[in-house]
Amino acid sequence: MTIKIWLHNAVRDAERRNLPQLRVLLETLARSTSALRAADWNEDATGEFEANREPDAR
Amino acid sequence: MHAENRTIQSIAPALQAREITSEAITEACLAEIAAKNPTLNAFITVLADDARAQARESDREMNAGRYRGPLHGVPLSLKDLLDLRGTTTTAASRVREGHIAQADAPAVARLREAGAVFVGKCNLHEFALGTTNEDSAFGAAHHPLDASRSPGGSSGGSAISVATGMAFASIGTDTGGSIRIPSAACGLVGLKPSLREVPTGGVVPLSPTMDHVGPLCRSVDDAALLFDVLRGAQPGGLRPASDARGVRLAIPRGYFFALLDQQVASSFDLACERLRNAGVIVDDADIPHASDIAAVYLHIVLAEAAAYHAKTLESRADEYTQPVRLRLEMGRYILAEDYIRALRGREVLRREVSAVLEGRDGLLLPSLAVPATKLGVSAVRVGGLDEPVRNITLRLTQLFNVTGHPAVTVPCGATVEGLPIGAQLVGHLGRTTELLHVARATERYLRGIGG
Repeated sequence: MTIKIWLHNAVRDAERRNLPQLRVLLETLARSTSALRAADWNEDATGEFEANREPDAR
Repeated sequence: MHAENRTIQSIAPALQAREITSEAITEACLAEIAAKNPTLNAFITVLADDARAQARESDREMNAGRYRGPLHGVPLSLKDLLDLRGTTTTAASRVREGHIAQADAPAVARLREAGAVFVGKCNLHEFALGTTNEDSAFGAAHHPLDASRSPGGSSGGSAISVATGMAFASIGTDTGGSIRIPSAACGLVGLKPSLREVPTGGVVPLSPTMDHVGPLCRSVDDAALLFDVLRGAQPGGLRPASDARGVRLAIPRGYFFALLDQQVASSFDLACERLRNAGVIVDDADIPHASDIAAVYLHIVLAEAAAYHAKTLESRADEYTQPVRLRLEMGRYILAEDYIRALRGREVLRREVSAVLEGRDGLLLPSLAVPATKLGVSAVRVGGLDEPVRNITLRLTQLFNVTGHPAVTVPCGATVEGLPIGAQLVGHLGRTTELLHVARATERYLRGIGG
């Protein structure tokens, strides 16, 4: 799920649950999640991004 | 110096020699609580009658020749997140109203067996989810030197109790810095041991893969004594204050120094100069993924906390303080794939911290980027930027909860207003005692009372 869709759904759900104050926190979380997903340790199914894999991890 | 303000290591021989009684020092601590707690709000529960009974029993045992060790008859406080049999573990929340612990947490049982006297359960940030101690069902705790400021958190009441002579030491928990932050803010030594060296059973969890139990106290020696008891070992004490010459420390630059109060930076630089003059080898190091620490931490702590609280949030949401409830709700939206990414990030960061420690005795960095913050503010100005209080207070401590490396804060000066500043030493995984030896050797130079 993209972060944009995730955030849209999360905010809508929070409003449905009568928690509109969550919007600001969810926006903060979305920025943090973007940073997390951009980190260079994340795997890629093509196998091209293995720089931070521990040598004996397999 | 009044007895209640001495270190455990200095009072223990007097107790053993029967020059002073446990009853006398317990009464002194209870008197401090009676005098100061109404304004500082350090305690949620004061156990005056129980403490007096324990102290009398300790004196009887010592008089009869049964000496349990250096904690025998010493008054301690406990963060109200740890189970103490027969008392309420409130976690500073109305959610836990009426809960009575049926047994001591294993860490508490070890203290009891060592003869400690429990004077009470201390205030904290509700469920340990915060760094200011403001969000508590029992009201905010106040800094002992300036009541308009926070003592830090989440173990804020614990820090106040030790700083003011209400207890000789306190046992707290640390999931992102909750022992080290209030210890630094209140001028104490605070130890977060290596992950899983001290049992966390019987402790209300925040984030089970990052929760640690440890002491807030007045010296590195006291931290070593309490750590030994908490981990179930015989208190061995540290080597005599060794020469600091030849100790090798690395300062992680970059991220860790990018947002730092000027007075904190100056005090830290002066401490480094004293260490170098004493023969400590200090060089710079780099944690390559340091800028990812906050994202990794946030996705682990919130997801794990949300899992613990989900059921209660459905049924008793209104009984949480609003800020804590909202942060817990936030965690319920974290996707499994992002939690997994954070766990992978943890492994990367753990390897990087361990790599920097190779060939060195420890890392050295400030404990808290800013002095104690004002109560009621959501941001502080640092380096020309307004930073959220939560982010800036966690900034220098949370990495070692993510990676599990042991870390201890030691006082290293004060601001012109007299607010304490702390320096943090970080050791090798699973080697907390070695870290404490390093802290013992460097303590007087960090404090600026030698060298």
